[in-house]
Amino acid sequence: MSDQKKNKRRDFIFTASYALGAVGVGAAVLPLIDQMNPDASVKALSSTEVDVSEVSLGQSITVLWRGKPVFIKRRTEEEISKARDVDLKELKDPEKDEDRAKNPEWLVMIGVCTHLGCVPLGNKGEYGGWFCPCHGSHYDTSGRIRKGPAPTNMEVPKYEFVNSNTIKIG
Amino acid sequence: MSDHEYTPKSKFGKWFNDRLPLLSLSAHLREYPTPKNLNYWWTFGGILTFCLVAQIVTGIVLAMHYVANSDLAFASVEHIMRDVNYGWLIRYFHANGSSMFFLAVYIHIFRALYYGSYKSPREVIWIIGMIIYFLMMMTAFTGYVLPWGQMSFWAATVITNLFSAMPFIGESVTNWLWGGFAVANPTLTRFYALHYLLPFLIFGLVILHIWALHVPGNNNPIGIELKKPSKDTVPFHPYIVIKDLFALLIFLIVFAFFVFYSPNLLGHPDNYIEANPMVTPSHIVPEWYLLPFYAILRSVPDKLFGVIAMFASVFVLVILPWLDTSKVKSAIFRPLYKQFYWFLLADVIILGYVGAMPAEGLYLLVARVATAYYFVHFLIVLPVLGYKEKTLDVPLSLTDPVLGGSTNEALTKGQKK
Repeated sequence: MSDQKKNKRRDFIFTASYALGAVGVGAAVLPLIDQMNPDASVKALSSTEVDVSEVSLGQSITVLWRGKPVFIKRRTEEEISKARDVDLKELKDPEKDEDRAKNPEWLVMIGVCTHLGCVPLGNKGEYGGWFCPCHGSHYDTSGRIRKGPAPTNMEVPKYEFVNSNTIKIG
Repeated sequence: MSDHEYTPKSKFGKWFNDRLPLLSLSAHLREYPTPKNLNYWWTFGGILTFCLVAQIVTGIVLAMHYVANSDLAFASVEHIMRDVNYGWLIRYFHANGSSMFFLAVYIHIFRALYYGSYKSPREVIWIIGMIIYFLMMMTAFTGYVLPWGQMSFWAATVITNLFSAMPFIGESVTNWLWGGFAVANPTLTRFYALHYLLPFLIFGLVILHIWALHVPGNNNPIGIELKKPSKDTVPFHPYIVIKDLFALLIFLIVFAFFVFYSPNLLGHPDNYIEANPMVTPSHIVPEWYLLPFYAILRSVPDKLFGVIAMFASVFVLVILPWLDTSKVKSAIFRPLYKQFYWFLLADVIILGYVGAMPAEGLYLLVARVATAYYFVHFLIVLPVLGYKEKTLDVPLSLTDPVLGGSTNEALTKGQKK
């Protein structure tokens, strides 16, 4: 056998061993990385039912869902029309209020600023909605970002009205 | 490492040293030739070693009483403060120790910037130092979260949310960091594990930092490479040991002032309120030593670019040895660099100040100008200065200017006198 041919076969064996070794190391590292992801007990707490019969017009309540605050706001006529009359071109993250609040009176959204995760304050800011004290993001009465460093609107979670008085989040 | 041969006197010493040359190492550390003109700015390496060891010792002791659980953590810290014998002292020492550690490291870094200690042949020392600095910030941050007060919780929220700025994978990465959908108990327990681990990584890197230092030897205020050992050097022991110890003593007076007379001055009162995921404190600020970076983050109106700017401000320091093109190390012989140096120091202090203020109006404007200068300094001023600046004559050795000698031709070549 020529030396060249021998070398090629050696190279193949080396490359194959490295590749197998890399797969082995990868398989060993995967559980070590994945253990940090949300565990079964955290995922199990995926839905919350909230009684909203006590919430009066214009009032907002905050409930905890999966460790995050959720704002449930019963909006006034004025706030609804303010949110719906906005020209979408003015928005940083264009989204119709009709899509965010199926039932216009009730706005349900995760009360976490999309910038760095602080909880915005209600009835504050230049657009009559929410204002984040940490880095100065202004949200309108639909929870859409209007001014400041936050990149997107406050997130609307999956929710449904179980009956007229109860909202199920998640 | 050392140029000389060391032979232990005793027979047992010889036997042992042949098998594990610890005695040779100890001899090297004692006789290590050190520039005789080192000033007190050079004592901070020793002070920092003390800080690290003190943090590890007090930290291990605190870990014997602390409980890393989101329901119990806050109360366990109060338990340490009220019930544990000397718990108040150990915790205040540990909490203020981090501030003292950063104070010393900033002086250490700015000393290196002034005297050009990061330049060839000391680039690796500098880079290891920057990795240590980065790990220190990680350690301080994870440690700050452990008491589970309002500031702990919201600091953890804001800082981990920085990773949500990553396109596409941001949300999965933050959920992975949290172990949930928000900062909660799984976050606390992993931060505790990391807070215990990182100081030992730092300790290992400190050994590499010192090892890398002992290859070329110390830089010095004149910034020239010395013949070692020579008339320009003194042995580390006793000369530098005594000087370091004296400096440490003075440093400990400042340290003791904070621990005993104003232990909460550098902290934030909101952290004595237990973490509440429903309410963000009206004005959240990081610890003082992270304020300049926080100011840079906030000065950029875009989320992703703000985060990039903040990480870039640390990374720019890592590549500094290649950004500064000047062959002359010490600012003593660089009249223009010296001015820019003080300008940078003022800039960083201004950044720290506006970082503590609300991000609006004039503060925001100042933060933006200061952020711009920070990057201009490293990315434009330093590279250009190396070519444009007319440096002063650098002496050939430390004794030359005293005994009357020539200047360093290699460094002053091409300059009109």
